[in-house]
Amino acid sequence: MHSMFKRTAAALAASVALAAPVAAELTGELRIFLDTSNPAPRATMEAMIGRFAEQHPGLEIETTVIDREAYKTQIRNFLTADTPDVANWYAANRMKPYVEAGLFEDVSDLWAEPAIADNLASTKGAMTIDGKQWGVPYTYYQWGVYYRKDIFDELGLSEPTTWEEELANCQKIIDSGRACYTIGTKFLWTAGGWFDYLNMRTNGFDFHQQLANGEISWEDDRVKQTFANWKQLIDMGAFIDNHQTYSWQEALPFMVKGDAAAYLMGNFAVAPLRDAGLTDDQLDFYQFVAINPDVELAEDAPTDTFHIPANASNKEAAREFLRFVVSPDEQTQINNGSNLGQLPVNAQSSVDDDKFLQQGFEMLSSNSPGGVAQFWDRDAPAEMAKASMEGFQEFMVKPDNADRILAKLERARQRIYDN
Amino acid sequence: MFPKPIEKQPRAAQISYQAMLPLALLLWLGPLLAVALFSVKPAADFTSANYWGLPSSFEGAHNYGQVFFNSDMPRYLLNSFLITVPTVIGCVALSSMTGFALGIYKFRSNIWIFFMFVAGNFVPFQILMVPVRDLTLELGLYNTKTGLVLFHIAFQTGFCTLFMRNFIRALPFELIEAARVEGISEWRIFWYVVLPLMKPAIAALSVLIFTFIWNDYFWAVVLTQGAESQPVTAGITSFNAQFRAAYQLMSAGSIVAALPPVAMFFLMQKHFIAGLTLGAVK
Amino acid sequence: MSAVDVPEQESWFHRNQQRIAPWLFLAPGLLFFMVYVIVPVFQSFNLSLYEWDGLGAAEYVGLRNYEDLYWEFYDRDAFYISLKNNLIWLLLYLAAIPAGLFIALFLNQTVWGIRLYKSLFFFPFVISQVVVGLVFTWFYDPTFGLLNEFLGIFGLGPLNVLGDERFVTYGIIFAGLWPQTAYCMILYLTGLNAVDPEQIEAGRLDGAKGLRMLWHIILPQLRPATFIAFVVTIIGALRSFDLISIMTQGGPFGSSRVLAYYMFEVALSEYGFRMGYGAAIAVILFLIMLCFIAYFLRSMYREERGY
Repeated sequence: MHSMFKRTAAALAASVALAAPVAAELTGELRIFLDTSNPAPRATMEAMIGRFAEQHPGLEIETTVIDREAYKTQIRNFLTADTPDVANWYAANRMKPYVEAGLFEDVSDLWAEPAIADNLASTKGAMTIDGKQWGVPYTYYQWGVYYRKDIFDELGLSEPTTWEEELANCQKIIDSGRACYTIGTKFLWTAGGWFDYLNMRTNGFDFHQQLANGEISWEDDRVKQTFANWKQLIDMGAFIDNHQTYSWQEALPFMVKGDAAAYLMGNFAVAPLRDAGLTDDQLDFYQFVAINPDVELAEDAPTDTFHIPANASNKEAAREFLRFVVSPDEQTQINNGSNLGQLPVNAQSSVDDDKFLQQGFEMLSSNSPGGVAQFWDRDAPAEMAKASMEGFQEFMVKPDNADRILAKLERARQRIYDN
Repeated sequence: MFPKPIEKQPRAAQISYQAMLPLALLLWLGPLLAVALFSVKPAADFTSANYWGLPSSFEGAHNYGQVFFNSDMPRYLLNSFLITVPTVIGCVALSSMTGFALGIYKFRSNIWIFFMFVAGNFVPFQILMVPVRDLTLELGLYNTKTGLVLFHIAFQTGFCTLFMRNFIRALPFELIEAARVEGISEWRIFWYVVLPLMKPAIAALSVLIFTFIWNDYFWAVVLTQGAESQPVTAGITSFNAQFRAAYQLMSAGSIVAALPPVAMFFLMQKHFIAGLTLGAVK
Repeated sequence: MSAVDVPEQESWFHRNQQRIAPWLFLAPGLLFFMVYVIVPVFQSFNLSLYEWDGLGAAEYVGLRNYEDLYWEFYDRDAFYISLKNNLIWLLLYLAAIPAGLFIALFLNQTVWGIRLYKSLFFFPFVISQVVVGLVFTWFYDPTFGLLNEFLGIFGLGPLNVLGDERFVTYGIIFAGLWPQTAYCMILYLTGLNAVDPEQIEAGRLDGAKGLRMLWHIILPQLRPATFIAFVVTIIGALRSFDLISIMTQGGPFGSSRVLAYYMFEVALSEYGFRMGYGAAIAVILFLIMLCFIAYFLRSMYREERGY
């Protein structure tokens, strides 16, 4: 009885306070599940939630941080049972299974509010399935080649822009006794990054989407061309040995120690590289080179997102939290160089002065005419992503198996998209 | 005794045997000693590629301090205890009754029920995975220690029943018959006559189940997800993700995770081995 | 009426006490076991006929999952590799039995401190497989692993055991043999304790020594230990999940998968949403295990009759 009165009172207060958005007193419990288990993102998120809690003293907030890799398998459990009120995840096809199963709340209403509609337009597409929006983005980041500037200087190299230059640079790096690129493919997705770039540079953004949607045979000559380009690098010895045994973090020391000159990675690699002692004089960034001059440059820029599970119990507070996360100030703050070190999704926010963020922002807003992809394993359906990335890993170790690998992927495609 | 006792061999053989023992042990535990060495090294040793030399400074206190004060490890350890101990109690309670029923009474389906327990105990976990996960979700026990405990009790009952039943079979049956002649009820026979005799079996079984459950990883992954309920075996993967490539901390974490069953083993060695080897001798 | 009834009921219970009591004692254990073990086995059989992503509604597809498995087998894809690796596991894991016997013979002495040695040799079995997996991952590490340090002494290597599809399964099995050998060792140590000294003396008088003695006189007496070692090793081999999950996640490119891991992978891992398909794989694994279960039960049944 008492609590019912309280709830009614809260509802009344909410309707009265409609004009002043922050004034609405939120109560109850708000449970937030996060996959930001790395130290810096974890601290950022906890600080952000702390600020939200200050604004809403009546709200009891409980945050659970789950290991990033484990989270990917656990999300389907907690969306159906023991459900939190807010959970983070990834955009595009990666959220599709949960949207289709009705486990994410439709938040199109939030996207109708001017604060969001006007300022988040660029990411709306990645959040839309069946004409509705299923969450909000909170960060995105560029991919590209992070390289050791001091090594490039030592060898007299400059940032390449064409495939020929890239190959020529790489040859010189190899001649100096180093590998061109470090990579750790134990968890497969890093190989997906290489495939994305080689494929989008060889065949373009639309081809990437069609391939992810299962509309193109893996034995198509264009796919084979992508692999042929890739093979050039592999045969040169461009990649570090034994990459199949390392995680992406375990591959970092090769670059730090100077055994490898560059890393094709997302911008999140900058923080651990700096932590390991590389200064900004030693570390620089360039956009992945053009390969086929006839296709427009397109980039991978994965968007990370917040969602309200359909089974959430405090959706009112959850919506308020989502509004808070995408607000201009919060976006500026959580994405700045000392926090996530990524790009804000709100057009009103300012991009940090950090040189990598500035370059990335510049690249994505003015030099990516072909389009912006999410990432191979977010654009392709889960099963195809798994099978293909396993194939990429195998190819990187055994490039001569290309035909066999592609035949296998083609069989997988016919089965997976057939359902 | 076989092989021939070394004392009856020539002096040279005795000495070389005594010398070989520690060498063999060193080789046998080599990988583990390596991890122990890692766990007291400073981070700098790994960046400077000093993997196998002596630690450039002794950082054991710091590394283990990190594990205990700067990670979720203590919570995982506590979870492991809170999962393991109730499971042990539950298993022993259920299986002393089932073991008693199958060991003492003669009825037609006795052997078939017994075989069902034994067969179920050999079943590959994987075939239970999806249904048990669904059941746990439906009961609202997903990601709780209770959910994990209930399953463990049920599954281990197979093994424990086999164990208890065989043990009870070996007890002198005349005792029970004498009690029955006295007109003592079956429940009281179980409680006052048989249970006291089962103490060694209960001790052995408790130690065994403790180790099995503590070391379980598969069900921890399938039925739990966060630091509030995961035992240390599953927690260590999160721990390692937090300290990826910090080998000194991962090593220290592994050692901490492995310690409780090891301690249990050394404290209760006699019972442990008695439990494991039941049936190895006829 | 009731005054007459009560003593009569009591006496009925009393008279039938020995018939009812076992069922009362069995009830809780049996209930648990039914709900969590027996029924789920049948549920999995049923589920293997459905396609289900674990989120929405399940769709009946008949034997389609098994058909897919057949094609994977035919094309030498993941299922074929898992099955092949399972056979390798089954065969090589059995090496724990002779290895355990060997160490047991080595340690079966009464010199000073031998008890501690025995405990320390047994020690790997007590450690969680997760930790064993981590320990051996580092042991095999291509940059700093103890293995390559060791091979380096002989001018061999470096070898990337877990990154090479030719070695990876053997590498993991080797790690698994470590605790399993310890287990077999303790079984044999106990068995050796109970070997009849008179028979050994008789053998000695007949001139049996060394291997001949072992083969003709000792081993027959160790049969119960061997049987248990065989049972636990087979089960361990077919259940191998932890080590693979920790050491390689089935990689590189799926070459170290076994059925138990593959099943988890397709049903519950990051990219896996095929509960029905996973159930079908589990059914195959179960059927393989069933051959052994039948064998074990037959052996036990014979022994029971022998009582």
